[in-house]
Formats: sequence, structure tokens, C-alpha cells
Amino acid sequence: MTSNNKLFGILVPVISVIIGLLAGAVIMLLSGHNPIEGYAALWAGAFGDAYTIGETIRRSTPLILTGLAVAFAFKSGLFNIGAEGQVIVGWLAAVWVGLAMDAPMIIHLPLAILAGAVAGGIWGGFLPGFLKAKLGVHEVIITIMMNYIALFVTNEIIRSVLTDQATSTEAIAGTASLASPWLQSITFYSRMHYGILIALFAAFVMWFIIERTTYGYELKAVGYNRHASNYSGMNVSKNIILSMVIGGAFAGLAGAMEGLGTYGSISVMSGFTNLGFDGIAVALLGSNNALGVVLAGLLFGVLKEGAGGEMPTGAGVPTELVDIIIALIIFFVASSYIIRWVLLRFKKEEK
Amino acid sequence: MYCLVCISLKKGEIRVNGKKVNLTNPNIANDLGIGMVHQHFMLVEPFTVTQNIVLGSEPKTKFGKIDLAKARKEIQELSDRYGLQVNPDAKISEISVGMQQRVEILKTLYRGAEVLIFDEPTAVLTPQEIGELIEIMRSLIKEDKSIILITHKLKEIMQVCDRCTVIRKGKGIGTVDVADTNTNELASLMVGREVNFKTEKTIAQPKDTVLEIRDLFVRDLRKVDLVKGLDLVVRAGEIVGVAGVDGNGQSELVEAITGLTKARSGSIKLLNKEISNLSPRKITESGGVGHIPQDRHKHGLVLDYSVGENIVLQTYYQKPFSKAKVLSYKEIFDKANKIVKEYDVRTPNVYTKARALSGGNQQKAIIGREVDRSPKLLIATQPTRGLDVGAIEFIHKKLIEERDKGRAILLVSFELDEIMNISDRIAVMFDGKIVADLKPEETNEQELGLLMAGSQVNKAGETSQ
Repeated sequence: MTSNNKLFGILVPVISVIIGLLAGAVIMLLSGHNPIEGYAALWAGAFGDAYTIGETIRRSTPLILTGLAVAFAFKSGLFNIGAEGQVIVGWLAAVWVGLAMDAPMIIHLPLAILAGAVAGGIWGGFLPGFLKAKLGVHEVIITIMMNYIALFVTNEIIRSVLTDQATSTEAIAGTASLASPWLQSITFYSRMHYGILIALFAAFVMWFIIERTTYGYELKAVGYNRHASNYSGMNVSKNIILSMVIGGAFAGLAGAMEGLGTYGSISVMSGFTNLGFDGIAVALLGSNNALGVVLAGLLFGVLKEGAGGEMPTGAGVPTELVDIIIALIIFFVASSYIIRWVLLRFKKEEK
Repeated sequence: MYCLVCISLKKGEIRVNGKKVNLTNPNIANDLGIGMVHQHFMLVEPFTVTQNIVLGSEPKTKFGKIDLAKARKEIQELSDRYGLQVNPDAKISEISVGMQQRVEILKTLYRGAEVLIFDEPTAVLTPQEIGELIEIMRSLIKEDKSIILITHKLKEIMQVCDRCTVIRKGKGIGTVDVADTNTNELASLMVGREVNFKTEKTIAQPKDTVLEIRDLFVRDLRKVDLVKGLDLVVRAGEIVGVAGVDGNGQSELVEAITGLTKARSGSIKLLNKEISNLSPRKITESGGVGHIPQDRHKHGLVLDYSVGENIVLQTYYQKPFSKAKVLSYKEIFDKANKIVKEYDVRTPNVYTKARALSGGNQQKAIIGREVDRSPKLLIATQPTRGLDVGAIEFIHKKLIEERDKGRAILLVSFELDEIMNISDRIAVMFDGKIVADLKPEETNEQELGLLMAGSQVNKAGETSQ
């Protein structure tokens, strides 16, 4: 039973991705593009040389973290749509600490990263978690609203508090930067930074909390069956809040990675970063478990990076098409029960 | 049995009047004249009887408006014809459970059912209401209707059925004419071996008071008092059975003792310590209370957790199951293996999800978990609900064993047989109060039934209120 389920857990996302790619090929054919050239360009855009590999990893870093943010909340049956807003406040908090302090790196950098996590945790976790647990307000509604508040409040703070009506802050102090000259030099001066290590560590932390600790035991129990958790003496409210806080902290970290690693600053945003929304898809594709989220985050990084560079210029495939392909993959994952059904059917016939 | 009405068949066939049919949804079953009276009623509470009955097949006037007047007349006629005494204008939320069941029966008749399926129809009824239901069934049969009665109560089968098919683990074991058989034979068919009905037990030797409840009031979510000034004492080494019809405050009483609901006023003392309004964990930790909940799927188990993980549902945070907040799965599964063996839980292994176990084995796992903590007070609410005769026998034996070890046991059950069989004292609960405290040897089903329905009984000159 269990080995079967595990196999299914792996097979379903893999097949979803393959079907998504095939459907993308069909769309490229229909719109008069050569799918082989298109995918070759996508490959080259993601893995073509050291530079693109570095950029692919850089792009995957926050996606892994937002994926973890959604997946973690999902483990206790909560839907964190607010990763987007949590990314933005985490980004802002990290950059703020990066700008405002003078301290040696060993203090400054961890503090800036922590600021991002705490901001994400409070914003996306504590407030919606508290409202959900104590007043029963649905977390989806609160977190969606909080996304907008995060975006516009952050923009206003950048304009009026951090700068004098400028559209972007100055660069953060070098002591708060995640940028790595060494990583940059081996990747032909891409923007790759140490953030990927933090993302991988965060994935390990999630796995450890969920699978090995009493916290994870409670969080999952609350997700599976709130009544039984209550019956057994667990504090359901506390667990709902905790789950949203830890999820929010992961998303806040994602923002910190952008602020301290990739950009070294924060700019006024005309719209959402989409990192948080993509995180929902990453969590879904990764079956809400830590390793799955890492792999799914990398895949999304590959698709996005590959699409951004070579595909439009090399093969003349518009980036919009790549968005369609990504959407198709998500679609097939979301409707994975269809694939499950087909697989089951197949197995039954074998017998 | 649901397969007849709304779940598709994997293999095999169903024939109605000799014709093979494919019952892919309940409407097709309806059209073929098959109606089902569900164990849990499918009624819309704020609607009237008429509105509920026409739901899904509303008669329409020429202009497409629902013709309630016509429906009302037809329902009245049907009700009179079968002696159901249902008022078509009453709201569901205002009529008794027995009446609601008759509405369910009317619903199937209104849709022209020729075959009526009753799924455990007596679970929520008083003995008197059961008698009335049996009369209704007889009158339906007289009108040439066919009835399929699904029940685990052998007494009912002997009373109303003509033929009886025993199903065990999804297989038909045998069909017998009820006239040629007896309950013992049916029971052994059901379990596959001889069954001892009368549970062996010695006379209780009650000792110190373990649970003492005084003047307890408990409200439900709607802020209505459901427990109204209840007094109850349970001593070590006795089983106190709370008899009563579902909905007279039993669930609220148990929830208040276990900390799941707050008591509005009154006192609950465990070994002379006040425990009312403590959190469930505090109450469990006081070493005091084990609770076999009424709904094992909702409260008793996390179905998607393994059997092992369920075994430590209250103790996972304690040594040796976790150290410094890190779980020790070896210890957890060792413990689970011990309990699985001791309580005869049939599971492939302790890593299997609780969902995959049969109801009886799920219940045995819960009982193992609760008893293993050696609580001073063990509360069992409907511990044998929906279980086969074999599992019931096992569970009753276990409860008596625990009693003999000196635990205080509070048994809440809607099944009089169970109460009569294993209680040392019977507390009858009606409308949020204990209305009588009786010895099982000195009472009978008739008297209990009347008390459960709220009548006052004169017995040897004394009046129980």
C-alpha cells in the first residue's frame, strides 16, 4: 500500500510535467513555431553555460522558499495564498536592516535575514493565523487582502521613509549582502548568491519539523482531523497560528533572498512579484513535501529562466507561450486525480 | 448496502423485477421503486415536512411554481393510509426523532417506493418508538411493499423479518427463514463461532468515589442548556451505565467531563479534585480520565495517521515517545506493537493507516490506547456502535476486566441491551438530568423505556423525578 502510494506521489507530478510539455509542443506547432527548436532554446536558456546555470539557480531560490511556505501551511490544512505579500514584507524588512545598520557581517547578515523571516512570519502568519484560530475568519480571504496591503504599504515606505520620493533604495551595506564574488566568478558573473544554501537548509528544516518533531506531529494531526486533535488535548488554535507563522517566515526568507542576494535593494513595484503565487504551484507540484518542493522549485526556475532568455530571441517563441506551458503543467498537476485515475485503471487491467 | 442506492458496482449485477439494472445514481433507484431510510436522516431542518418530502421531485403548477398544496394533500393521504400520524406542516426541527424517521419513510413512499431499505432504523429510538416502528413495518408489508432491514440487532430480526441473510466481511454467509432459526444460530453465523450473549461477571465491589458531579449545567453551541443540574457519582470498581435516548445531554455531559466543552456551572470532581473547565490535556494528564469517544472517526482517530501514530495520540510529547521535542518512532511503534498484540487489533502492521482497519479493530486500538494509560476513570460512549457481535463481546469483556482492576467506568449507550448487560448501576438520563438510579436486576426494559421517554414511574411507592 505505502510503497504504491509513494510511487504514485512521484509518478503523478512527473507525468503531469511531461503532458504539460507535450501540450506546450502542440501549442507551439499550432502557432507556427518549431517545438524542438523552442525546447532546445529553453534548455540553452537554462543550462546553456555557467552564467545561465547560475541565473537558473538564483531564480529557483525564492521559488523553493515560497513553495515551502505554502506547503508548510498546507500540512495543517491551511491554504496560504499570502506568500506573495509575505515575500514583499520580508524583502522590505531585510533591505531595511541592510541599509540601516553598521555592524560586522557575522551580525549584520544573519540579522537582516532574520528580519525578513520575522516580517513574513508576523505578516503572513501571525495576523491571519490569529484571526483564523480565534475568530474563524478564513485564511484565504485574509491573506489575499494582506497581499495588497503589503504591496502598497511597502511602495509607500520605499518612497516616503527609505528614500525621498525615489523609486528605489540605495544598495544595502556589503556586510548584509548574500552576494558571493566567488559564486559569481565561477558562473561567469551571474547574480547567483548564497541564498540557495539557505533555501535548501529551509527545506531540511521543514522536513525535520514535520516528520521528526512533536510540533510536526501536532501540525499534521490538526491538518488531518481537528476534532481528534482537540480530543487528544492538542491546542488547535496554537497549531494553526504556528503553522501560518512558520509558513510566513519561509516566504519572508524568499523576499530576503531577493533583497539581500539578487538585487541588493528594493524598488517600488508596479505589481506583484508573482514569487508567492508561483509558490502555490511549486507546493502543489512538489506534493507539499520538502524534497518535492525543492525539485519543483528548481523546475520552475528552469522554465522561467529558460523562457526569459533564449526562447524569444533564439527560437522566436514568445515568453507568453512559456507562461502557457507553465500554466498547463500546473493544470495537469491540479487535475492529477485524472492521471491517478488513468494509472489505477491501467493497473487494474494489468491484473 | 449503499451500493444499491448510489455507489456503483465493481462486479456482479442487480436485478429489479427480473431485469438487470445499472444503479449509477439515487434517482435511478428511485425510478425503479427503491427507497432508502438512512440511519442518519437526510432532512433539511428549517423546512416543513411537506417541503422535505417533495425535495428533488417537486410537483409543479402550469406556471412552473411548486404546487405545495397538492403535495400536502398527497402526503396527508399517505400518512393516513399507513397510520404514520405525520403532520405535513410541522417543521423538522420541531418534531421528535421518531417522527423524523416517519418523514423519511413517507419520503420513500411519496416517490412510489415498492422496496424500502431501512439502515439501522432503531439506533435512535426508545423501546416504545421501536415498537411503533415495527407496527409501521408490518402495515407496509400488508400493503405489498418489500422491506430490506439492515440491522445488527438480532431481536429486531426475530420480531419482523421473514427471511434473513447474514453478511460477514462483505460476503453473504447464508440465508435462513427466521421461523426456523434463533438468535444464537444467527449470532454464530455472524461471527463464525459460538457467541456468549450474557457477559459473565461477578458482583461489583465498589470502593472509593472516583467521579463526583454536582449540579452540572452545560450549554451547547447554540447557548441552550442541555445538561441541567445533573448529579452523578461513579465509584472505583463499578460500571455505571447512562441510559437515555440520543440528544438528552449525554454527549454534552461526556464533553464536560473530558474538557472538550466548558461547564456553565456546577462541579466535576475527580478523586476529590475539581476538574471542571480544565483543558483536555490537563484532565488526561491528571492520570485520571480515559475516553472512548462516541464517534471514532471524528474524535477517536486521525485516520490518515498510522496505527502506531494513533496509539500515542495523547502521549506523543512525553518520554519515551519523544525527547526534547524530537519523536522517537522506534519507541512509538514498539508501544503500538505491544497494544496491537494485547488487544487483538487485526492490522497488517503498525505502519498501516488507521483508515484501512475495520471498525471493530479501530475501536480495539482506541480502547487499547485509553486503557493502557491506566486511567482512574474510563468513559466509554457507545463503545460498540456499528460493531459485529464478536467485537462487542470482546469490548464488553474488556470493560468488565477493567472494572475488576478497580477502575471507575462510565458507560454511555443508547442501546438498552448493552446497558442492562454490563452495568452495575443504571442512571437514566432525560432532558439533561439523571431521572433515576436503578439496579439492572431490579428493573426491566419497559420501565427504562418509560423513564427514558420522560414518564415518571411509580414503583414500590417511591416516585422518581
